[in-house]
Amino acid sequence: MTDETINIEGAVCPVPLTHNEQIVLGHGSGGKMSHDLIVKTFLAAFDNPILRTGDDAAPLEIDGAELSVSVDSHVVTPLFFPGGDIGRLAVCGTVNDVAMLGARPLYLTAGFILEEGLPIETLQRVVASMKAAADEAGVQIVAGDTKVVERGKADGLYVTTTGVGVRRAGNRVGGAEAKAGDAVLLSGPIGDHGIAVLGARGELGFQSEIQSDVAPLNRLIKAMLDASPNVHVLRDPTRGGLATTLNEIAAQSNCCITLNEQAIPVHPAVNAACEMLGFDPLYVANEGKLVALVTAEDAGRVLAAMRATRYGEEAVLIGEVTGEPRARVLLRTAIGTTRVVDMLAGEMLPRIC
Amino acid sequence: MKYVTEYRDATLVRGVVDEIRRVVTRPWVLMEICGGQTHSIVRYGLDQILPPLIELVHGPGCPVCVTPLELIDKALLIASQPDVIFCSYGDMLRVPGSDRDLFSVKAAGGQVRVVYSPLDAVEIARQNPDKQVVFFAIGFETTAPPNVMSVLKARALGLKNYSILVSHVRVPPAMHAILGSPDCRVQGFLLAGHVCTVMGYHEYPSLAEKYRVPMAVTGFEPLDMAQGILYTVRMLEEGRVAVENAYPRSVSFEGNPAAQAAIHQVFEDCDRTWRGIGMIPMSGWRLREEFAAFDAEKRFDVGAIQTKESPLCIAGQILVGMKKPHDCSAFGKECTPEHPLGATMVSSEGACAAYYKYGR
Repeated sequence: MTDETINIEGAVCPVPLTHNEQIVLGHGSGGKMSHDLIVKTFLAAFDNPILRTGDDAAPLEIDGAELSVSVDSHVVTPLFFPGGDIGRLAVCGTVNDVAMLGARPLYLTAGFILEEGLPIETLQRVVASMKAAADEAGVQIVAGDTKVVERGKADGLYVTTTGVGVRRAGNRVGGAEAKAGDAVLLSGPIGDHGIAVLGARGELGFQSEIQSDVAPLNRLIKAMLDASPNVHVLRDPTRGGLATTLNEIAAQSNCCITLNEQAIPVHPAVNAACEMLGFDPLYVANEGKLVALVTAEDAGRVLAAMRATRYGEEAVLIGEVTGEPRARVLLRTAIGTTRVVDMLAGEMLPRIC
Repeated sequence: MKYVTEYRDATLVRGVVDEIRRVVTRPWVLMEICGGQTHSIVRYGLDQILPPLIELVHGPGCPVCVTPLELIDKALLIASQPDVIFCSYGDMLRVPGSDRDLFSVKAAGGQVRVVYSPLDAVEIARQNPDKQVVFFAIGFETTAPPNVMSVLKARALGLKNYSILVSHVRVPPAMHAILGSPDCRVQGFLLAGHVCTVMGYHEYPSLAEKYRVPMAVTGFEPLDMAQGILYTVRMLEEGRVAVENAYPRSVSFEGNPAAQAAIHQVFEDCDRTWRGIGMIPMSGWRLREEFAAFDAEKRFDVGAIQTKESPLCIAGQILVGMKKPHDCSAFGKECTPEHPLGATMVSSEGACAAYYKYGR
């Protein structure tokens, strides 16, 4: 070793990359980059008060009928994964988005983009799975569309579903309705879907038995709304995970959400996979979980109602809504310290070591 | 989770912190070398419960942050070639080169793949004999064993279409450079547990002695970190200079001899430029002449590279512990994880990203 020392004066760093010129994968992560794209491109063009509510579904009033409408496109590799497939995902995703306004989902439409060469048998399996999921949710698929693209122009098949449901009269459920003092409830362990899909891609490098949690949550929501008129916010933490979803709510309601780290359930296998890959379960996708903000007085009653349903058996209280700092999510760690939980920035990337 | 939960036990952590509080009488500046440890400190808020007399400064141990711009620009050029499948650890995709990153190359049609192990890249090479497969072999001593194993495996398989773009760096020369700097404030070091798992800690006693700085081999969980801090503070308070091992469940004095043998079979020491810091003599590894056939820099002639860095960011001063992330005027404003100005904001191990994410 020589005795030369380093000169750090004038040390510099790279120019910013804003990815304003072309779409990159991070724009689809569900995190901040997606949010930026929505605000700068879609909201800027389509701006209206309904779109501006920023929830997963649009609240509509048509001739006195209070409706909830949502649309979701589904692209997943592989098409079939432990615990589900693209068909079940396409039905449940939209059913859940419609239901998160406190609505009863009734009808779906489905658009299929099929890649030349896709085996008909694969399509039939996906369609059968959609039918089973729709039956389970109690919704009907009432219209559809099919397009075929050349081989190589799509990844097997993509499904887009639109859903419509009826909101409960007098129930204002939405991301902007959180109130200081509300309890934060979570319907079960987080991260199962994201890790199950990674495992099905063979990207974990080890075997896992983790199953996706993809499920229709409308019956769970009905049970919660039957138990209390004071459910303020419902949201399913899909892409971007629980952390991103709670940040959206904190921003919409201009409140602070404080979580208790030890109360947040994560299956041991999911935790282990996250530890190995350098992921934080708070940012891993779920497809059959919801987070609810409910008045503290009604939290016990709502929790009991959740636990009496199939997809809410493991529901827990994970935190509360406080005043300051506004539009922030805080986490009380296991060792008693507090830190900020931010939104997912771009694509979630495994760490190097 | 076994072997993890125990080391996050609040009572045990607080017990060690109480002991630190009992021992410490004067202000001390400690540096954790490894970006993984910086991440742990802010993720668990360890700095909030330590006595204020102890200041933690963050070291250059983020492999993504210190990979030189020139190598990243080379990677971008290689990854843009039509017959190349460019494989990388995930973190590297977001690191900006002079004018774009690997995400942009991917979006423009380049075949860029995230792999979890370089052995996956070897497998991709085996399955795609008509493509050139290049792995971006970056990192400290920790990632060197799998990176050299990929070369040895490719050679054993007789693969002609696999190569690695090497930007390996080593911890001891960087510590030497930091400690030798006239501006150095660091009085004690927490040594990187993963690096020492591979290399042992026999390289450090001479360094500790030369600069009269005690060091403790330290793990990554909150209890490990607290223990590493306790060992170091205790030595400082007692006026002792030694290298102690606070991570014995993973680290031995000798380290992993098989891994070291593989590294030295494939790599040799070389000068290396660290992004944001500059050239540190003999601080890197490169492929030995015997393995030149696997050297992507030799296989792909990408010509002379003109690099261009932004003058706004103070990543270099952060990487050597002179500044904290919020000392930077761009922190959280012009510079965020989505729009990073500096590599320290890009990588999840970078100090700026850790501060931003956890709201410091």
